[in-house]
Amino acid sequence: MKLVDNSLSQWPALLAMLVLFAGILVYALRDRHIRSIFKREFLAYFNSPVLYVIVVIFLLTTMGFAFLFGAFLDGDNASLTGSFFFWHPWIYTVLAPAVGMRLWSEEHRLGTVELLMTMPVSPWQAIVGKFLAAAAVWFIGLTLTVSIVFTVYYLGEPDTGPVITGYVASYLYALGCLAVTSAISALTRSQVVCFIVSVATCLLALLIGYPQIVDFAVRSVPAWMESGVRAIEYLSFYTHFSDMTKGIFVFKDVLYFVSVAVVGLLITDLALRSKRA
Amino acid sequence: MIQVQNLRKQFGTKVAVNDVSFAVEKGEVLGCLGPNGAGKSTTMRMITGYFRPTSGKITLAGVDMLEDPQRGKESLGYLPENAPLYSDMTVASFLGFCAELRGITGAARTKALDRVLDLCFLDSVRNQSVDTLSKGFRHRTCFAQSIIHDPEVLILDEPTDGLDPNQKHEVRGMIKRMGQDKAIIFSTHILEEVEAACSRAIIIDRGKVVADGTPDQLKRLVPGVNTLDEVFRSITRSDVEK
Ligand SMILES: Nc1ncnc2c1ncn2[C@@H]1O[C@H](COP(=O)(O)OP(=O)(O)O)[C@@H](O)[C@H]1O
Ligand SMILES: [Mg+2]
Repeated sequence: MKLVDNSLSQWPALLAMLVLFAGILVYALRDRHIRSIFKREFLAYFNSPVLYVIVVIFLLTTMGFAFLFGAFLDGDNASLTGSFFFWHPWIYTVLAPAVGMRLWSEEHRLGTVELLMTMPVSPWQAIVGKFLAAAAVWFIGLTLTVSIVFTVYYLGEPDTGPVITGYVASYLYALGCLAVTSAISALTRSQVVCFIVSVATCLLALLIGYPQIVDFAVRSVPAWMESGVRAIEYLSFYTHFSDMTKGIFVFKDVLYFVSVAVVGLLITDLALRSKRA
Repeated sequence: MIQVQNLRKQFGTKVAVNDVSFAVEKGEVLGCLGPNGAGKSTTMRMITGYFRPTSGKITLAGVDMLEDPQRGKESLGYLPENAPLYSDMTVASFLGFCAELRGITGAARTKALDRVLDLCFLDSVRNQSVDTLSKGFRHRTCFAQSIIHDPEVLILDEPTDGLDPNQKHEVRGMIKRMGQDKAIIFSTHILEEVEAACSRAIIIDRGKVVADGTPDQLKRLVPGVNTLDEVFRSITRSDVEK
């Protein structure tokens, strides 16, 4: 099954995106303060058992769901779209808040936010440094699933396009959830509260674009409201994600997730300001 | 070195700090006295740039803290109340991180680290996790952080809180020694500390400065009494009376 012809046409766009991301990363990490905060936060993840638990759960669920429910080995359709990537939004809805909840809640609880904000560091440097640390952790987690790709190549000859765009979509989805969690963690000193509210928010961002739910909503509202439902659907993480996993790489979907991340970090900044007001 | 003019802070309708003004010069140690809830911590949080004042002006080492907080913070060392620390770090990695944020790297960082570890008697716990430290060591670790860049201005919020008498004595001595070439503000509600370490003191009550002078001047402030303790009790009100 080939949804689109994804021979070479996607490569320039993908390459452009990777260059853009690498550029942002290099530019951010050239800043001394961002680098220090990134390093501290990144190492803090590896000093805490929570990370290892999350990564193991992540690997077990992504692999497990793919093999158990995804009918991964059935038929001769060696595709990752329906079996592997399909589950990622659900998994991220729970696991990204678990990774991100410590970002600012922990600073508030320990009181170290007062230290950090009275150092010659701008709030933005701290926000970006911390977010990049969580993003880097997620990058490692996702890289560890690559073995599944080798399984697919071993079993069949999948389209390379959807595999790559699937990974890009998956990672962008995770960044979206992490940015949401970052914003919420800046508002509360309790990691538990942050976790619950973030999961609820990410779930909402998923469900408002989920096909069955959108169809149901479209059927049950009067016809003139359908465009409203469609507009809400368009705001969902899921809509932008599912297009990409099918191998349709569109820049506007990438831009969507980048905007979600930027808005999430802006809200983080506002939340931190309100605490210091 | 530190200039505070008409500082005011309001939380909702509650006025926590009301029109506070004072100045501290290099070589001076200013004690900030007052009952709990008087507004000492709030004042310090504004001076250090953590809280934004409702109104007023703060100048640190010639830099306007509201206009250029980033640069103002460079000349500043701060020990917040309750000495917060990152619990997942060791003493040395925590201090190293703070040094890095202050722009001290490489060999200078190692040197600065050795200096404060020695100065604050932290050598024995150098590689111990912050989480497992006793209160005295935690306090000194956070204190070490505030002086790692040898700042011109030092703000210490209850630096002796929760320490045993020996540790209190050490910290007071340290403040007094450092006060010779810095401008220091520290808050306390232990009156003997003022006589032991301060060159000047202010008493804050319900957000207002109610007295300002050398410890000796303060003692003579109220006729008929001659200890700081009695003066303190006669000019401030405890939060149980209204
Ligand atoms: N973030 C805040 N929000 C609301 N009220 C606050 C806040 N911080 C302090 N206050 C109030 O301001 C007053 C002064 O507090 P504080 O400066 O901590 O006193 P002190 O340090 O002298 O004991 C107290 O009544 C306290 O309840
Ligand atoms: Mg206080």
